[in-house]
This record gives sequence, structure tokens and C-alpha cells, in this order.
Amino acid sequence: MKVLTLIEAVTDALRTEMAADRSVVVFGEDVGLEGGVFRATAGLQKEFGEERCFDTPISEAGIVGAAVGMAVVGLRPVVEIQFSGFAFPAFNQIVSHVSRIRNRTRGALCAPMVIRMPYGGGIRAPEHHSESVEALFGHIPGLKVVIPSTPHDAKGLLIAAIRDPDPVIYLEPARAYRAVRQEVPEEAYSVEIGAARVEAEGDELTLVSYGAQMIEARQARAALAAEGRSVELIDLRTIYPFDSRTVVESVRKTGRLLAVHEGPQSFGVAAELMATVMEQAFDHLEAPPARLAGPDVIYPMPRGERHYLISAEQVMAEARKVMTYEP
Amino acid sequence: MFERYDPREGLVLSLLDEAGKLASFPQGMPRLTDEQALAAYKTMVLSRQVDEWAVSLNRQGRMPTYALNKGQEANSVGALMAVRSDDWFVPAFRELGGMLVRGISLKQYFLYWYGNEWANHMPVDTFHMMPISVPVGSQMLHAVGLAWAERYQGSDRIAITFMGEGASSEGEFHEACNLAGVWKAGVILYAQNNHWSISLPWSKQSASRTLAEKAFAYGFPGIRIDGNDIFAVYAAVKLAADRARAGEGPTLIEGLTYRLGAHTTSDDPTKYRTDEEVKQWEARDPLLRLERYLIRTKHLTEEKAVRLREQSLACAQTAYEEVEQAPDAVVEDGFRYLYLEMPEIMEAQLERRKA
Repeated sequence: MKVLTLIEAVTDALRTEMAADRSVVVFGEDVGLEGGVFRATAGLQKEFGEERCFDTPISEAGIVGAAVGMAVVGLRPVVEIQFSGFAFPAFNQIVSHVSRIRNRTRGALCAPMVIRMPYGGGIRAPEHHSESVEALFGHIPGLKVVIPSTPHDAKGLLIAAIRDPDPVIYLEPARAYRAVRQEVPEEAYSVEIGAARVEAEGDELTLVSYGAQMIEARQARAALAAEGRSVELIDLRTIYPFDSRTVVESVRKTGRLLAVHEGPQSFGVAAELMATVMEQAFDHLEAPPARLAGPDVIYPMPRGERHYLISAEQVMAEARKVMTYEP
Repeated sequence: MFERYDPREGLVLSLLDEAGKLASFPQGMPRLTDEQALAAYKTMVLSRQVDEWAVSLNRQGRMPTYALNKGQEANSVGALMAVRSDDWFVPAFRELGGMLVRGISLKQYFLYWYGNEWANHMPVDTFHMMPISVPVGSQMLHAVGLAWAERYQGSDRIAITFMGEGASSEGEFHEACNLAGVWKAGVILYAQNNHWSISLPWSKQSASRTLAEKAFAYGFPGIRIDGNDIFAVYAAVKLAADRARAGEGPTLIEGLTYRLGAHTTSDDPTKYRTDEEVKQWEARDPLLRLERYLIRTKHLTEEKAVRLREQSLACAQTAYEEVEQAPDAVVEDGFRYLYLEMPEIMEAQLERRKA
């Protein structure tokens, strides 16, 4: 075991899989010589050579489109989109081909690949560097979408994504890159895609979140615990296919749901969780399922970030409302 | 060889004239043999008859929207004959002739336009073909990646991809050309310039005089050829394939051709182009030119040609009947083949559909 930050765990996973399997190739903008703008691929080019970890032109569609061809002949491309806000030139490739090759050929061809990208705000970056895009990708049939919130899950989910037979969008919470440290096993291990994690048990409220928002969710849970309230905290980890079983089971126990995420509220992940709970745990509900999400506005530039991001206090206030709800 | 036909100087590689006379070949210019030319002719006739029958089926209400190849057959037929049968073939959607060269059955082809995904379920090690790609120009990048991966794996397979001239306005055309150049990818980018992107003429598609000259900005050769001349297509693609296999990088080929039919059966080209223009191009029909050559060189007779057309039509009719009689699409398939393993969420949705 060694103590790693979330981004170090990402690098560790890449190194582990590149060492184990020559078909794993890593490329993107500035990922080679420089090791990525966040240093997620630091040292990989030196260790594995320019053929296996290399810089591309500024060409997001090119990166993903070429990866389709590589994946079809059996390589496992792990590509980096520098920021999720720059994924859109590649959107056509992702939506029209990456997600569809298996279905289009009824299984004759497939395009397993990992598309890594940092996402989310709180890093005081210029416009287009802070968006939350998980709902966009989660809505596309044929993709898997995962988001780690801890170093342990970052390594295990990335290894699982690289080994997955289908394409995986691997979203990295930029704000949590160096904010979270944890002991991480040195060997290879997988965290199951599609499995949420009950991080802390409780019986009065089911609090579901993921990614960097888990930081405030944890703080809120701890503060509420100090007030004597018992909150069950679930890290969703996989956006699609999401673990409805774990969420529904928890709500059947607590009778109350609060889903929290940074991205815009409308048609967001929380909406899907609430709908699922309404369908599958309606008879157990003691309060209307609730959500706390980003507003339906464009993510602001740095001076306005504090008006957008959800604080631990806001999570606590909303949690109290749900827990004290009386019809 | 390419420098002899610089598109920036208005040069076009053409070897077979409209009367079916073959020019004398410059030294080093690959030549399609007469035996190959006859085989190409048979394939082109079959492609033409398939098109004719497909239009008829559409009018009878037996086939949904269909995209025609009529008038463009020499491009993909000649190109696929010039590459190895295990080189990657990355089509757009007007390359029936090339698919037939590759050995794709008519039943498989018709199944696509009949509207069934099983059409694309083909053993990859046999055909080395990517499925028909609809989003304009987007498939070019796959060819670049395929070529890169083959080299990475130590193979000398190359890739050939097709697109229409309208694709050159798409961002992905640029990204594919740029990456191919930077990576020196073993790829042939073959643009079928049929002059019309549905209703938009080349003059409104681009201010560039030719499509081929764009290659020079990406750092590799581009060449304009008579795409209705099977000998020119074969020669250019053979040279480009040799270059690609030798590690010298990509080539952009602009095949000048013409869509004699509608864009698809849902399109009415009389709204945007003149009969006069169509007549001009009918005179340059790649099939007639090759036919004239083969008759002139006594490899074919009028009677044989008539019989071949009849046989080809019968083949098309039989193949489509088989498609119509094959089992229809089932609800499970869209669920079962999305991921290798169906997620639990989808299982519940499938159960509800079936109920």
C-alpha cells in the first residue's frame, strides 16, 4: 500500500495496465513529453516509449476517431481529452461511432476504449474548463460512464475501464485531483463498473453523490452526525449503467433520498435517481425525493464560481429539510 | 509518378477515352490487365443492375430509402482491385462495387438497405471492411487509426477510405488529413467527387479549385483522376497503395465522377441540375466506356453484354427475395448487442418491451 492522490492513482492505473498489456496505448494533447496539463500521464512516455504514449495535434475528433480504428483491430486506446469542455469536437465520433460499432455490426466489431477527461469546476480556470458533462454522456446508448471520488476507486475503476469490452467515458473530478489522499494497493485490482459504494451507513436519509461533490457530501454527513443525525452516504461511481439496486435498497431502509451533483439540474443524474426511487421504493418513502444540483445556467468564469458550486452547508440544509419533512 | 499529374496545374490522370480507346501508358504506370478489366466490367454491371432493381423495389414499396451508385462504379471497383484483399476497406455509402470486389454477398448488401443491422455482421478477418458509414466524412479517421494500429502491430496492411466531395467541408476531413500526414499513416483517402452533395454543387462547396490540391497543405501528394476510367482509378490507387505500404504515407485521390441517379430514392435531382449536364455525363458513363474497350479488344460481345445484364438482374432479384424471406428484426437484438453484457437496467426495459 502507498498513499496516493486521486491523480497519482490515475497514473498508477495507466502504468499498471501499460506494463501488463502492450495493446494499451495512451495518447492525447500534451500527454507525452509533458505528461498532461494535470500530469496524469507523467513519466509514461519515458517508461514505455513514444510509440505507446504520445502527443497528438489539437484534434479531439481525430484522437477519438483514430482510436475507433485502433480499437477495432484489438488495441486498447486510452485517450485523454484535455478538459471535458473540449470534448465537443469529438462528440460526433463518440455518439455516431464509438457507442455504436458493436450494435451496428451486431457484435462483429467493437471499439473498447477509455476516453479520460477531467471535468467539473472549482479550479479557477477560464471558460470551457469547468463543465459537468456526465449527463450528456450518460444519455447515449452504448457508453459506460464512470466517475471516481477517491484514489482507490480511481485506480480500480480505470483498470476496470481499460479491461472493459465496451467504451468507457472516464470522468476525473479535477477539483479532487490533489484534494483527496488514500492508501492504494500497489498491485492491479478492479472496481466493478455499475456498482455504487455505500461509503457510510445511516438510517434517516440516503444521500447520493459522486465525483468532487462527494467532498461536501462527506463534510455534511459528518456535521450532521455531530448533530446526532444518521445519514447513509452513497458514492454512485458509475453514471451509466448506474446501480439502482444499491440506491433503492438504501431508500427502502431510510425512506428519504437526497441526490446531490454539481452539474445542471434539469435532466440530470439526480432526476434519474429520483424517478427510479419513485418507481421502485414509492411505498417506503417518507418524504418526496429531493435533489440539490447546479442551476440550469452556463458554468461561470472564476469570479462567479462561488455562486454556482454547492457547499457543505447547502447540503446540510437540504438534508435537514428532507429528514424533517412531514406531510 | 504523382508529380506528373499535379492538380494545381489542372492535370487529370486519364487513360481510357470515351470511345473506349486506351492511351499509351507512361513507364511505371500500373496497368489493369484485360482479364481484370473484364472482371471489373462484370462487377460494374452487377452493381448497375442492383441499383436499377433497388429503385424499382423502392417504387413498389418493398424497400426503404436507397442510395444509388449509378455512374460512379469505376471508382470503388478499380480501387478495391488495386489494394490487397486484406487491406482495410472503410467505405462511406456509395461503394457497392468495391463491396462486391471484396466478396460481400448481394444478400448481405441488400439486408442493409432493407433496414437490418445484421447486414453489417461480417467476419472481420475475412472481409477487413468497416460497415457503411453515414455521417459524412467521419469514417476517414477510422481508416487513419486502422493504418496506425496495423503498423503498431507489425503488419503491412494499409487502409483505404472513401468519401464524397462534400465531406471535404467537414471538420473531420481536416482532422483525418492532418493526422494522416503527421503520422505518415499508410492510408489512401479516396474522394469520389460526383459534383453534387445532394443539391449543392462543388462551386458552392469550396472555393478551392480542386479537392486534390488540399493534400499539399497536409504534406502529402494529391492527384485528380478520371474516376469514370477504371484504368486510371486502378493505376492511381495501386501507386498510392505501394507508397502507403512502403511507409511513405498517405495519398489523397480525387476521382472525378458523376452521380447519374438521385442522391437517394427520396431525392429529385431534376430540381437542381439540368438534363443537359446529365446527358454530358451519360456520355462518359464508366460502364459504357469499359464495355466499348472490351468489345474493341474482343473480350466481350454485344450478346454477351446483354446476357450479363439479364443474369445480373436475376441475381439481384433472387438476392432481394431471400432478404425479404429472412427472419425479421427482433426486439432483443438492439438490447443484446449494445454492450457485450446487457446491463441490469436494460434487462428490465427489455422485459417490459416483450410483455
